[in-house]
Amino acid sequence: MTSPMKEKIQAAKAQGKTAVIPYLPAGYPTREQFWKELEMLDAAGAAIIEIGMPFSDPVADGPVVEAACLQVLEDGINLKWIFDGLKERKGQLDAGLLLMGYLNPILQYGVDKFAEDCEAAGVSGLIIADMPIDEADFVIKAMKPRGVEFIPLVGLNTSKERMALYAREAEGFVYVVSVLGTTGQRDSLPTEVKAKLAEVREVFDIPAALGFGLKTPSQLEPFGDLVDAAVIGSSLISHIKNGGTSESYMKAWT
Amino acid sequence: MKKGYFGDFGGQFVPELLMPPLLELEEAMNTIMTTREFQREFADLLRDCVGRPSALTHCPNLSKDTGVDLWLKREDLNHTGAHKINNTLGQALLTKRMGKKVLLTETGAGMNGVATATAAAMMDLECVVYMGAVDVERQALNVRRMELLGARVIPVESGTKTLKDAINAALRFWIAEQGNTHYCFGTAAGPHPFPLLVREFQAIVGREARQQFQDKTGKLPDVVCACVGGGSNAIGAFHAFVPDESVRLVGVEAGGTGEPGCYNSAPLNLGSEGVLHGMKSMLLQTEEGQILPSHSVSAGLDYPGVGPEHSALHASGRAEYDVINDTEALNAFQVLSRREGIIPALESSHAVAWVLENKDKLQGKSVLVNLSGRGDKDMDIVERVLG
Ligand SMILES: Cc1ncc(COP(=O)(O)O)c(C=O)c1O
Repeated sequence: MTSPMKEKIQAAKAQGKTAVIPYLPAGYPTREQFWKELEMLDAAGAAIIEIGMPFSDPVADGPVVEAACLQVLEDGINLKWIFDGLKERKGQLDAGLLLMGYLNPILQYGVDKFAEDCEAAGVSGLIIADMPIDEADFVIKAMKPRGVEFIPLVGLNTSKERMALYAREAEGFVYVVSVLGTTGQRDSLPTEVKAKLAEVREVFDIPAALGFGLKTPSQLEPFGDLVDAAVIGSSLISHIKNGGTSESYMKAWT
Repeated sequence: MKKGYFGDFGGQFVPELLMPPLLELEEAMNTIMTTREFQREFADLLRDCVGRPSALTHCPNLSKDTGVDLWLKREDLNHTGAHKINNTLGQALLTKRMGKKVLLTETGAGMNGVATATAAAMMDLECVVYMGAVDVERQALNVRRMELLGARVIPVESGTKTLKDAINAALRFWIAEQGNTHYCFGTAAGPHPFPLLVREFQAIVGREARQQFQDKTGKLPDVVCACVGGGSNAIGAFHAFVPDESVRLVGVEAGGTGEPGCYNSAPLNLGSEGVLHGMKSMLLQTEEGQILPSHSVSAGLDYPGVGPEHSALHASGRAEYDVINDTEALNAFQVLSRREGIIPALESSHAVAWVLENKDKLQGKSVLVNLSGRGDKDMDIVERVLG
């Protein structure tokens, strides 16, 4: 079976580039502007766009993403709004579409209905930040037949044994969390990242994306070929919050 | 049954980055806590520093007033004034044995924070306490106590600025500092193995009470009743009685003002199934799965979730759960003070209130209430509300 997430990353690689995966919470900075930001990210060459599904209690996120999530929640953003907007624009974006969020809103929406709507809206990947592989069975079972790939998160403290558990189910790409911490830009990344990326290469046969803490492309230099894609979230949100746009932000990355 | 589950509830719904410390903790429970040495040291601490066993007190005046044979398990007499110390001291000892240096916790009312800070001081551990900014303000005295005990109290400014967000902040701190930090979860909730671990340390409440009650009366109580916030004092009181089919187990949730449309703290009665703070359990939430703020006059019950084992006992029917609102709890606070000379915590007052409100149906029955804490900490709030 073809993997849309993997293909998008490999296409960027074929052009000698690191694939860029920007993250933006749905409805941020405003309902209307969000879709414009999405178009800008797409036009600027984002391989995959990761759309954040807001949750009231985002424990894996740092202050920037949390504040953005609470802001859009306040504005009434929900899964229906996300799916409706994506369905309207289906086929208009080149980038792959990935949803990222927490389990409870998906549970309440209904896992099967969620999977169905992902397919209908052209979403081909899913990250659930508070669902380790040990609890993921029922979600993976619902998503697979709809072509929605389970994207695992692994960290600096994830053993090879646990990576292997993820490798069995993972499709698309593996998301390597670059810091032992929450989302948010850092000036420098821990030295252990490189060795962990090497382990990831041994265990997984899908592309590897690095994320959490990224701020500038130069942070990727030490890792060379070990990184296929970069996920950028907090630094993009901060850029927009300070009056910038996705278009100007992406210049540094593409 | 799946590992880490109570029926359909429980589990480990946490970021992968928290799985290693949870697995490490589970391993420590199996290898360290089970040793005779650990058990002996913990028993000594409970006796010499906490003052266990806590008394079982009969209430002659209230029994006469109500026609209910009322008994209290006196967790209010423990060092630091509540049941929380049973758990924090156990976890602090475990932390020490695991070779970690920092004891991390969250607190709402400040009772768990004070009990954790106390245990940390005893075990020579650093202590970090996350507390919602709103709670820091309304529980100022407990903040000073924690600081006096050497803890670093960090106000949480995000979200509802109460217990729910203090737990989020503590989980985030733990992700980053797991190498030298143990998260001393304050109640029998959160991801596996916390609900089991906290029950293990709190079960002494019911074990002692069951024996004491039998020694004094030659039988078992008809009802065991406890307030339910996250659920630690209640599961501690219930656990030894679960196999005793004749004993009714009653958990009391906080109804807040009790007015329709107002926030409450009664997820078992008024909530629905969902996932928060690492567990699948009953929650107060919107239809879209966003967690609702909770409310209760008693800060220790002010939480939109509940430990998974209570959700399972509720679902199976082995325990029943009822709601007591602010006014009823405040009444019980005064009644127990005047009639028995015991000033109960507002949390525990909910359990006492359940007996008072249901006395007609309890005529001639013996009821054992877990008096989880003392009420000194609540004087300010009670004076403010009652004028
Ligand atoms: C005296 C007392 N009782 C009960 C509670 C509620 O917690 P739990 O449900 O875990 O016993 C608290 C929490 O702060 C408390 O201080």
